[in-house]
Amino acid sequence: MKEYLREFPRELEDEAVYIIREAASQFERPAILFSGGKDSITLVRLAQKAFYPGKVPFPLVHIDTGHNFIETIEFRDWLVSQTGMELVVGHVQDDINAKRATEETGKFSSRNTLQTTTLLRTIEEYNLDACLGGARRDEEKARAKERIFSVRDDFGQWDAKNQRPELFDYLNGRIKPGENVRVFPISNWTELDVWNYIREEKLEIPSIYFSHTREVIDRDGVLWPYSDFIYKEPSEVVVHRQVRFRTVGDMSCTAALASDASTVDQIINEIIDATVSERGSRLDDKRSEAAMETRKVIGYF
Amino acid sequence: MDVLRVATAGSVDDGKSTLIGRLLYETKSITQDKLDAIERASQRKGIDFLDLSLLTDGLIAEREQGITIDVAHIYFNTPKRKFIIADSPGHVEYTRNMVTGASKSEASLILIDARKGIVEQTYRHYFIANLLRIPNVIVCVNKMDLVDYSQEVFNAIKKDFTALTEKLPNKHLALTIIPLSSLHGDNLTESSERMSWYEGDPLLTILEDLPVKKLLKDLPFRMPIQYVIRPRNEANHDFRGYAGRISSGEINEGDSVVVLPSGRTTKIRKIYKYDTELECATAKESITLTVEDDVDISRGDFIVRAGEETELRTNFQAYICWLNSQPLATNKTYLLQHGTLVVKSKVSSIEFVQDTASLLKIESINTLKMNEIACVSLKTGKPIAADPYDTNPPNGTFILLDEHTNNTVAVGFIGS
Ligand SMILES: Nc1nc2c(ncn2[C@@H]2O[C@H](COP(=O)(O)OP(=O)(O)OP(=O)(O)O)[C@@H](O)[C@H]2O)c(=O)[nH]1
Ligand SMILES: [Mg+2]
Repeated sequence: MKEYLREFPRELEDEAVYIIREAASQFERPAILFSGGKDSITLVRLAQKAFYPGKVPFPLVHIDTGHNFIETIEFRDWLVSQTGMELVVGHVQDDINAKRATEETGKFSSRNTLQTTTLLRTIEEYNLDACLGGARRDEEKARAKERIFSVRDDFGQWDAKNQRPELFDYLNGRIKPGENVRVFPISNWTELDVWNYIREEKLEIPSIYFSHTREVIDRDGVLWPYSDFIYKEPSEVVVHRQVRFRTVGDMSCTAALASDASTVDQIINEIIDATVSERGSRLDDKRSEAAMETRKVIGYF
Repeated sequence: MDVLRVATAGSVDDGKSTLIGRLLYETKSITQDKLDAIERASQRKGIDFLDLSLLTDGLIAEREQGITIDVAHIYFNTPKRKFIIADSPGHVEYTRNMVTGASKSEASLILIDARKGIVEQTYRHYFIANLLRIPNVIVCVNKMDLVDYSQEVFNAIKKDFTALTEKLPNKHLALTIIPLSSLHGDNLTESSERMSWYEGDPLLTILEDLPVKKLLKDLPFRMPIQYVIRPRNEANHDFRGYAGRISSGEINEGDSVVVLPSGRTTKIRKIYKYDTELECATAKESITLTVEDDVDISRGDFIVRAGEETELRTNFQAYICWLNSQPLATNKTYLLQHGTLVVKSKVSSIEFVQDTASLLKIESINTLKMNEIACVSLKTGKPIAADPYDTNPPNGTFILLDEHTNNTVAVGFIGS
């Protein structure tokens, strides 16, 4: 059924490799923002292809909220050992300890917003002039407005109303000291494109993308993964469910999905039939109508 | 599966975003949570129907003002192909964003409000589509519901538009005109019963059947070098690969090539697509080449096939579209980027400014303001290996950068 949705358009790979090579050429200290999710895993594969048989000329940067799924961290370390890439970790906890960031409290508290502080500090500390991210335009309505080279000012801010024109294949990454550029090589890929690519390229992904049994709290139909990092009302009960994750943020902002899909093919079937969008399970987006834009304006990717 | 890139155009409020929203809605490309969000946002705005323009107008400022400010990229599939749609702003102030969207597209949807007919922005956008040599233009006469689905109104607009195309002839361009109502979905995915007088296909069918011209591969081979891959490890000690994306033509193992601007010649030893070896590669592919001889090749150089060299230019004429709020200053140094080469340049004179509505060429003007189009003479500090835009579009464009602000201030099309 719907065979046409199961094919990866190869020209998207050519485009992404072109963008990655531009980033390597135009910047002095670029890095890949690595979340451990499927989009950044795809990015790593594309970067390997772009510089074959040479090494990928940039490190991986992971902004660690401290509330990660263990599986993601294990996967990250496995990938680093496999690829021999350098890994830089920015810890949100360090910014909390140094009082640069304040922990949220309450039932829906999350460290998602604090990531931005840590990201900007890490960019400064390592003098990064470009960060390659796996964000895609089909994810969210503010991301649909992003350029491929998105220039950010000294404070990491996105000026949505005043973006550089991006004509034909030209990518203008010229910046002043202190500014930096977010580079989005898979801008034009959809969620299904990523999954079809993962299948065709046989990429390894963290186990939490596949169906497994997990402790969750059911809040009005939203399945919150239970962990030490989540606030639990005395009246709430923890139950075991067969679930998987469709996106991987940290544990406090990613809801689980009831699912039996245990292979990439089954995941693709599930997405083709889904009536909810990918970020429908992202609690960080649900905070307000413009939650994503507001975060991007202050420096999120 | 092939990908068709489409951009919208037309004046403010002609219904571009609503059209794209409706197309997604009719093809069931919107998930329930996104529909729910649009319903809530529509209600908040006091509208009693689904305002589908909210699907693409995603910025806070756009939603407040009810207009599109910057391009939104939208993706959907039908069994026939994958579509990438750039929903562009109609407001004249945001023309540079419209050009951004249009520059990558193979089809332009120019909307016209049936009540208003052809207006200034229609002229401007048609001129731009023409300048960019977009191969397919589909003129959508929208809001037919507001003119009683009248055939007379449609025919009058069609006549006006045909007159316009006769004044600006372009043999490369395939033109279609269709009556629509984006709000009610007439002639979008199915033929409208309210306009049985219209004999053509609905919009989606037209888009699905548009030929994507694979002309690029028939043009001479051109590849700007992006990056030199030098692993310097034991296994690949002497490996030196020249990485880039082919902008036109094809290349085969063993072909004799010339490096421009140096003019040095060599032969292609191997073609790599990432970790696999190819015998032949074609336009739009990202590849890595190795060559037989030890010649100097670096970023900014072009590789072309021997016998198919371009003329090296330092003085030439071009159409440029000015994209910055700071007007053009003649004899100021700008950086010109062609392919991956960046050189110093100056606009030595403005031949004429193009009035896109009257098509008059206005002479004796010595500056160019944002969104204006002009024919200018340029000189560059080093030669560029460009082709005229007319004969090889991907190798006939350049951008101008301001050295001080780093902004992209103009896009140019090299004249013959
Ligand atoms: N009656 C009627 N109204 C329409 C139709 N299409 C769009 N509209 C209305 O026209 C107004 C403008 O629509 P938009 O889709 O925002 O227009 P736009 O061309 O995207 O505008 P900009 O992007 O700002 O240039 C909205 O109020 C729409 O509901 C139509 O076919 N019929
Ligand atoms: Mg619009």
